Amino acid sequence: MNNSFLHRFSTHGILILGTIFMSAPVWIAFMSSTHSADTLFREGLQYWFGGNFFETYYEVLFVEGGVMKKVTALEMLGNSMILGLGFAIGKVVISMSAAYAIVYFRFRLATPLFWVIFLTLLLPLEVRIVPSYEVVAGLGLLNTHTGLIVPLIASATGTFFFRQYFKSVPEELLEAARLDNAGPMRFLIDVLVPLSKTMIAAIMIIMFVVGWNQYLWPLMMTTEENSYTIVIGIKQIYQVLSEGGELPQFQKAFALTILAVLPPVVVVLVFQSWFVKGLVESEK
Amino acid sequence: MKRVQFERSTVPYFFVAPQIAIIAVFFLWPAAQAIYQSFLLEDAFGLSSQFVWFRNYEDTILNFAWLQSAGFTVVFSAAVTLGSLSIALLLAVKANEVLHGSSSYKTMLMWAYAVAPPVAGLMGNLMFNPFIGDLYTAMNVLGWDFNQKLDAFDAGFVVILISVWKQVSVNFIFFLSGLQGISKGVMEAATLDCRSPTKRFWTITFPLLAPTTFFLMVINITYAFFETFGIIDTTTRGAPGGATNTLVYKVYTDGFLGADLGGSSAQSVILMLMVLALTVFQFRFIERKVHY
Repeated sequence: MNNSFLHRFSTHGILILGTIFMSAPVWIAFMSSTHSADTLFREGLQYWFGGNFFETYYEVLFVEGGVMKKVTALEMLGNSMILGLGFAIGKVVISMSAAYAIVYFRFRLATPLFWVIFLTLLLPLEVRIVPSYEVVAGLGLLNTHTGLIVPLIASATGTFFFRQYFKSVPEELLEAARLDNAGPMRFLIDVLVPLSKTMIAAIMIIMFVVGWNQYLWPLMMTTEENSYTIVIGIKQIYQVLSEGGELPQFQKAFALTILAVLPPVVVVLVFQSWFVKGLVESEK
Repeated sequence: MKRVQFERSTVPYFFVAPQIAIIAVFFLWPAAQAIYQSFLLEDAFGLSSQFVWFRNYEDTILNFAWLQSAGFTVVFSAAVTLGSLSIALLLAVKANEVLHGSSSYKTMLMWAYAVAPPVAGLMGNLMFNPFIGDLYTAMNVLGWDFNQKLDAFDAGFVVILISVWKQVSVNFIFFLSGLQGISKGVMEAATLDCRSPTKRFWTITFPLLAPTTFFLMVINITYAFFETFGIIDTTTRGAPGGATNTLVYKVYTDGFLGADLGGSSAQSVILMLMVLALTVFQFRFIERKVHY
């Protein structure tokens, strides 16, 4: 009896410690963001609510700040939203259509093209930084949404995922569709897409988070403040805030951090079960 | 591939074309450029360049800064992989055991997946800030003369701690799903045969999780190599004196900030070979996994 009580106690103890370890940084950042710059500087990090919530968040969201004083967090959130959604939608459309061709058609270049797609796994952005930047600069795409999104969406992960999924779809469906004289486009739109709805949703959620959180590529691509995403923006602004000569505005740095974290966290929490399913399935 | 397929000569090309086009322009061409430039030496003004065979590679590999960075990358990857895998495994085993509140624990332990590495880095940076950071103060109060700006070990500690924190949630999700995949029958039989829960874990559960663990090792090493860029760039930026420069961060600082094209390209190509090795390792393992 005693033994099992101890065991249960330690189990919950470890889980609670883990929960604190994972949540504390964000909790402290949020609490600190609701205090004044003065309090933070005098008393350090804060662990409970302060009275400056509206003031700080209003200023961060609507008053132009940053190195050149030209951008608000609201605009940066907008850019992040475009990147997240554009990345998710673009990736699903492109990889689904490529996987469709590879699984459902017999054509001569199928195998070599599949290997070309596979090759992208060996070429993460980080190993081709400088030449990729040159290509995009040469095409005149710096500081554009196209230049930000398109180079990111071609990697193989999505294609592999849909290829795997399509292979598990029963063969009879295609036979039936052919008896009905449905062409490739009809079959894709009327049969395959509705059938893959949950899979598409799961992948979209993961890709939205991945897109929103992109760092290196937007860091190189965006040189003008009004095309910053929030993840890039907070870093630049953070430097100004905490290294400027006056009283460091730590509360703004914390508020920006919270704003950058909030949308992807909400998406993951709201669609938790789809998200977990998508993550575990896609890596198989 | 499917037994039944469409037989059209042009339609499939229309479907793969977008992806292939983007890959050609944004993957193959830049990668080819990187390989080509790694054999060139440019003059200081970038006006002329000459073909120098493997000199950039020699200069790279025989360079103290690169060796230091390679050494740090190995230690860093090992520490991050080991640290986050063991924390995640412990939490997943415990979360799988509890009867009450397991779904709240699950939610609380996995949501950090959505935090971007550079944002995690910035938060960590503020926690270790000499003015307001309580962790900074706590370390010094406890007698550890802590200063991540000056001390290489302390800087490495900060970067590793933040990187581990960021990666626990992914590992947790996969371990938990692996544990839930183990059949109840096997576990019941194990309980009859072996009464010690610790021994049961190491002789039954852990070996059954081996495929998940191997897979996660590859994922974690890739993460430590590439995705921690954002953490390093928002915390130490390679300081002090390049002691926390990972190989990827060095490619960025040398090539993008320092404009040393040849040297940076040679480093890129070496990294590509490392990714290749990791991929081959992963696929050989996946082939083996079939026999389980």
